[in-house]
Amino acid sequence: MSGLIAILKKNVRQYMMVIALAVAMVAFGILTDGIFFRPVNLTNLVLQNSYVLILAVGMLLCTLTGNVDLSVGSIVCFIGALCGVMMVDLQWNPYVAMLLALLVGALIGMWQGFWIAFVNVPPFIATLAGMLVFRGLGQVIMKGQTKAPFPKEFQLISSGYIPDPFGGLSIGALHFHVFTLLIGLLIVALIIFGEIQKRKKQKKYDFDMLPAGIWLAKVVFIATVLVAFTVVFAVYKGFPNILILLGILVIGYQFVASKTIQGRHIYALGGNRKAAELSGVKVKWVMFWIYTNMAILAAVAAMVFTARLNSATPKAGQNFEMDAIAACYVGGSAVSGGVGSIIGAVVGGLFIGVLNNGMSIIGISTDWQQAIKGFVLLAAVAFDLYSKSRSSKIA
Amino acid sequence: MPNQSILLSMKHITKTFPGVKALDDVSLDVKEREIHALVGENGAGKSTLMKVLSGVYPYGTYDGDIFLEGKRCAFSNIKQSEQAGIVIIHQELALSPYLSIAENMFIGDERARFNIINWDKTREDALKYMERVGLHENPNTPVNKLGVGKQQMVEIAKALAKNAKLLILDEPTSALNEKDSEHLLEILKELRDTSDISSVLISHKLNEVASVADSVTILRDGRTIETLEVKRIPGENASISEDRIIKGMVGREITEMFPKRSNPIGDVLFEVQEWTVYNPDNPEKKKLDDVNIKVRAGEVVGLAGLVGAGRTELAMSVFGRAYGDAISGHTLIDGEEVDISTIPKAISHGVAYVPEDRKELGLVLIQNVKENTTIAKLRKIAKLSVINEHEENVVAEDFCKRLNTKTPTILQTTGNLSGGNQQKVVLSKWLFSDPRVLILDEPTRGIDVGAKHEIYTIINSLAAQGMACILISSEMPEIIGMSDRIYVMSEGRITAELPGRTTTQEEIMRNILNN
Ligand SMILES: Nc1ncnc2c1ncn2[C@@H]1O[C@H](COP(=O)(O)OP(=O)(O)OP(=O)(O)O)[C@@H](O)[C@H]1O
Ligand SMILES: [Mg+2]
Repeated sequence: MSGLIAILKKNVRQYMMVIALAVAMVAFGILTDGIFFRPVNLTNLVLQNSYVLILAVGMLLCTLTGNVDLSVGSIVCFIGALCGVMMVDLQWNPYVAMLLALLVGALIGMWQGFWIAFVNVPPFIATLAGMLVFRGLGQVIMKGQTKAPFPKEFQLISSGYIPDPFGGLSIGALHFHVFTLLIGLLIVALIIFGEIQKRKKQKKYDFDMLPAGIWLAKVVFIATVLVAFTVVFAVYKGFPNILILLGILVIGYQFVASKTIQGRHIYALGGNRKAAELSGVKVKWVMFWIYTNMAILAAVAAMVFTARLNSATPKAGQNFEMDAIAACYVGGSAVSGGVGSIIGAVVGGLFIGVLNNGMSIIGISTDWQQAIKGFVLLAAVAFDLYSKSRSSKIA
Repeated sequence: MPNQSILLSMKHITKTFPGVKALDDVSLDVKEREIHALVGENGAGKSTLMKVLSGVYPYGTYDGDIFLEGKRCAFSNIKQSEQAGIVIIHQELALSPYLSIAENMFIGDERARFNIINWDKTREDALKYMERVGLHENPNTPVNKLGVGKQQMVEIAKALAKNAKLLILDEPTSALNEKDSEHLLEILKELRDTSDISSVLISHKLNEVASVADSVTILRDGRTIETLEVKRIPGENASISEDRIIKGMVGREITEMFPKRSNPIGDVLFEVQEWTVYNPDNPEKKKLDDVNIKVRAGEVVGLAGLVGAGRTELAMSVFGRAYGDAISGHTLIDGEEVDISTIPKAISHGVAYVPEDRKELGLVLIQNVKENTTIAKLRKIAKLSVINEHEENVVAEDFCKRLNTKTPTILQTTGNLSGGNQQKVVLSKWLFSDPRVLILDEPTRGIDVGAKHEIYTIINSLAAQGMACILISSEMPEIIGMSDRIYVMSEGRITAELPGRTTTQEEIMRNILNN
């Protein structure tokens, strides 16, 4: 038993966040008489938060190095404006335009990465400058106007749903999206398989293991929740395109961060830059690529956001950087760097998103929402520091 | 000194961390007016015991009782233990680098009235305490302008300013040279004799323990093994023999501190020529001046010199130019010039550098043993950039076994390991990188005798495999005992080349000072 408590204590942060998210969702479900869990609302929840989650994925890498990127909101505005010019004003092929937008995002990231990595400008300053520069340039391009409407193909990023090659399935009054069900079940199967593999490995090395019962409960819980959500989406219009994009990004980045050399180098750099450098980690290049990557993801977020609004506006992306940063820290990143995970950041972002969404349905004003988010951030980080100081004193 | 009364008594202390019982029913009595040494292998629990005593681990997080002058103590933080007269000086100095000696001395206890600092009184008081520790400096000097030895004195003066009855020093001399160490130990004796201050001295340098301690408590695996008393007879130099302490510490006798090496020595493997490096903080000044060294395959070459002679700078500038400005010179492997001007290039040419400061430069303390072991050459266990976790676990386990690293699992955070085991992890990391040239910078600093012996054995086996080893050490016996050849460095130059093993300390000193 004491072993179990020790394991829980060690991972208290991870479990806390997931539990908090679940509690918040159930609470809103009750408070809103179930409106919260309606398929259309859950779909909305995904759409509303997708761009912040995309940004949070990139931002997590920045926070791992002990830094943040303040410019992403402005990059969203700038790229949005660029998309507007290319697709609305010039009527270019939307696919070509999207590719160009990504490319420009990469260039912006290299520009910032250059100053940060090779001139040693502190990231806070370099990206603060970027925040001003790209907001300004975005407005210059738009000349104060809003650009709309965008071509259909472009809008589909955010408003489309995955097709159903199986043509759907009707049981009674309910109509199911079969492909969605299949994807959902496949993912659940993969997760269960992964968990079993992980546990086998743990057995071999005899590391802290959850007792079998609790482990089983955990897996069953995850599987049930995922199946439930899949069904909810399947009875509506199926998975939104954006959810698939998001899923790919999250899984891909989680993989890179946790399983590859590059990911390990980022964590090592964040934990102790000097030691990492002396171990042969090319710290400058790592910084460079992290910030380049961040701007590319900001360009993706810009397109998702612009497509959703079906317009590019000068105010687009305002405070997105703050939401993304908050998502990372709520999700367990350490302010000093070296600690955090992509999944954590996504859970953190979802938590904030759920709060936003639930509070909106209940009718709490956005001003209050803002304030409440602030308290949540503070509480999460304070709790983090508290539990850390309790569990491991490295004096 | 008959009938000394007990100053401090720790009884039946037990302290557990997740997965580790760091202290298991440990008792310790410290008498008044004594220097009590606490020795034991790395990870024996010495630091933990002192952290329990000083309130770093608050009352309630451990079992057992602490009595100071017969009164029961239940400290919940350091402040409370300090008020009771127990002051701990950690190995990592806790001074604020840009503040002056006087400011540092009274941090948290400022000489002030109505919240306004009285600078005259501050300086006056500072001078008083500095006098007692024999520190003759201007109290306005910022502490980062002082050497480590003097900084250590500032720490002690600061402790005196807090009216300490009991000083705890956790490896105070590990970063000091011999002269500074001696001075520090003299001060401890003086405080004992003139101000009735007892000290607990944690140290791995058993010669100094043997020479100053009045009693020695030996810990092993979290348990008290024994306490040895020294009967000092006036006029005689009775003391505990080092061998006796070692026997208690490691539970066996170590017959030869420096194990013999008999492997053949090959051709010149690594060579540094005309190596000149300027000081990055002061670009006019040469830090290294026309250094030439050679190391043969299977040879251990020592670099002797005082702190500041430029040995670490030499190692780091060679290793991927991790130090220095305007570096000029040549590096050769197997007689051919190689480009090792960045750290990744150095590593891929088989050069490895085990740094002096393992916490700052050697390890990522928040990462675990496994991650630290493989970081320098991850591609060895990766395919298309994806790390093979199974292989990584095997590698990490294997190194823990080979170097006898004591850790509950390879997933333990390295920040939680004791000093010696941390050092073994750093060593593992560099051995994993398949070096041909291994530069070891103070590899046994803060390491217990048993582990030292193990590390010497490891170095020998590496040499026997044909590796070229460069050993930097401030401990003369170590340099002499381990090296085949010794370069003496002084002020950035090589001033002599001496044979190892047969050289004497005096000869090395003479060559250092001749310059
Ligand atoms: N915060 C912690 N969490 C987990 N284990 C710890 C922690 N601090 C110490 N330990 C473990 O407790 C044991 C005792 O460690 P301690 O630092 O007291 O050793 P030590 O005798 O001071 O060794 P050294 O001579 O190397 O400094 C070790 O096994 C160490 O790994
Ligand atoms: Mg210690």
